Amino acid sequence: MTDTYAKQLALVIDLNTCVGCQACVTSCKSWNTSGWAGPMTDDNPYDADPAGIFFNRVQTYEAGVFPRTETIHFPKSCLHCEDPPCVPVCPTKASYKRQEDGIVLVDYDKCIGCKYCSWACPYGAREFDESEGVMKKCTLCVDRIYDADLPEAERKPACVLACPAGARLFGDISDPDSEVSIAIREEGGYQLMPEWAAKPSNHYLPRRKSRRVIHADELVRADNPLRKEGPLPKPDEKAPSLDDVTSW
Amino acid sequence: MRPAFSVIFLTTLTGAGQGLFLALVAGQFYWVIGATPVLEAANFYVLGSLLAFCFLGIGLLSSFFHLAHPERAWRSAAAWRTSWLSREVIALPLVMGLLLAYGGVHWLGWRPVLMTFGNMKDLDLPMAVGYLGAGAAILLFVCTGMIYACMKFIQEWASPLTVLNFTLMGSASGFVFVTAYAGVMASPLWDFYAAGALILTVSALLGRLASLLRNRILKPKSSLQSAIGVRHRNLRQISRGFTAGSFNLKEFFHPGSPGLLPFLTGFYLIAAFAAPILLMAIGWRYQSAIFFALAFVIQYAGLIVERWMFFAEARHPQNLYYQKAA
Ligand code: SF4
Ligand code: SF4
Ligand code: SF4
Repeated sequence: MTDTYAKQLALVIDLNTCVGCQACVTSCKSWNTSGWAGPMTDDNPYDADPAGIFFNRVQTYEAGVFPRTETIHFPKSCLHCEDPPCVPVCPTKASYKRQEDGIVLVDYDKCIGCKYCSWACPYGAREFDESEGVMKKCTLCVDRIYDADLPEAERKPACVLACPAGARLFGDISDPDSEVSIAIREEGGYQLMPEWAAKPSNHYLPRRKSRRVIHADELVRADNPLRKEGPLPKPDEKAPSLDDVTSW
Repeated sequence: MRPAFSVIFLTTLTGAGQGLFLALVAGQFYWVIGATPVLEAANFYVLGSLLAFCFLGIGLLSSFFHLAHPERAWRSAAAWRTSWLSREVIALPLVMGLLLAYGGVHWLGWRPVLMTFGNMKDLDLPMAVGYLGAGAAILLFVCTGMIYACMKFIQEWASPLTVLNFTLMGSASGFVFVTAYAGVMASPLWDFYAAGALILTVSALLGRLASLLRNRILKPKSSLQSAIGVRHRNLRQISRGFTAGSFNLKEFFHPGSPGLLPFLTGFYLIAAFAAPILLMAIGWRYQSAIFFALAFVIQYAGLIVERWMFFAEARHPQNLYYQKAA
């Protein structure tokens, strides 16, 4: 598919900031189970072998060898691919990508529950609803982001609003001046599994080390003319101090 | 991938039905080109078409069990421009319709000559419908195979061998059946069918061995590193994000134990190929249809296991994200 889209809405997730608190997971389920995409059913929720649907999962990975390890929290939801392999395979056209904003959605009234689209997603982003017999997935909160009844600042996906760390950005990646495009460009944003050329719209910002280098001469006062620690002698009232601040 | 029995029965039964259709048409063609002097009785084709229709019909019925909303199945022809599944949904009733037409014109004995070739051979209506049906049957094999072969990141499936093997195994199954049937009906095409069944079963074995070998040396293109985009040699999952069950854990992993898989592979190599080849050699030597009937039953059981393994062998890259509960 070489369709062009008016916009491409997407999430940019900063792996350097995410603390793995799962707030985006629960807020997603809470919003969507009661909204347009809901209910997000659970099987045996209070019993042995519970199972259920989530549009967003936060996973944890570890790199390195103990004790030199690094923990990476990794939120994963549908990436709203620009060339989504899940869409053309759907025999009923229940799966589609919106022209106006590039969101990939499932029409629950057309879906026959063949699960073929889930096979075609390399990321495992689609989850089948056994009780309703239709395929479900992240909608990028399509029922929130255009809701004129909400204050402007709240017209964002539930996960973005819930993230306490500010690890989730939301915007139009086809606009080079958007917050998300700048983050991708300037912070080294990347895509998952680029080898399958699905061109995921959601991007991830890499882990990066922020180190503070302290040189030895910064540990002793450089502006110490007497080479002596302790309270400085009071300068003359009229004299300028070394740092242009009077010590009075 | 988790093997779904609805799909296993769908593909093996329609495969046998298409193979049987191809065999009937091939048999008629064999007479038309003058390779056998004896004309096959018309009811051979009528009953044969009916049997093939049953195979396809039961296969189609079984496919409905795969759908959560079978009452909406009519929608599934919508995406024929892009989806091989949609194309299969169209090709299957087409083959079934042509089968009815093929059996029907034989039954009615309706053989108007449509055209005459330079060598004075005629193309009559039953043969013409047969050609169309054979074409549709092959088209259906391609559609079914491509449903799997077009999934480029399921590397075990993404190969022309997938289409070839679906075609060869289905045709073999149909030809083994038709030989037993030809024996019962005392058909003059018996030797032709016996040879066809043997050749197709041996070819199917070679095709399957080729795909087994290919899968063995296949290098996965995706890794945990590319899955989460962290280029570290020593990377592992600590938590998939939940301890409960999910669709991702059910649909993309097979339920077999690691020890079961080689056993099943050995089983189907014997049941679907080696044993039928032996039985057919004996049956052909002693001109006994019962050996072919037995070969068909054993081969069908083997093909069910083969199809189960076809799913179990396929490793979906999404599994990289679902390795550990905590
Ligand atoms: S992440 Fe998967 S479900 Fe989402 S658009 Fe891409 S291929 Fe489709
Ligand atoms: S499960 Fe539904 S959305 Fe997915 S391919 Fe089948 S019909 Fe389309
Ligand atoms: S809410 Fe934010 S910090 Fe918490 S897991 Fe989700 S992305 Fe990470």
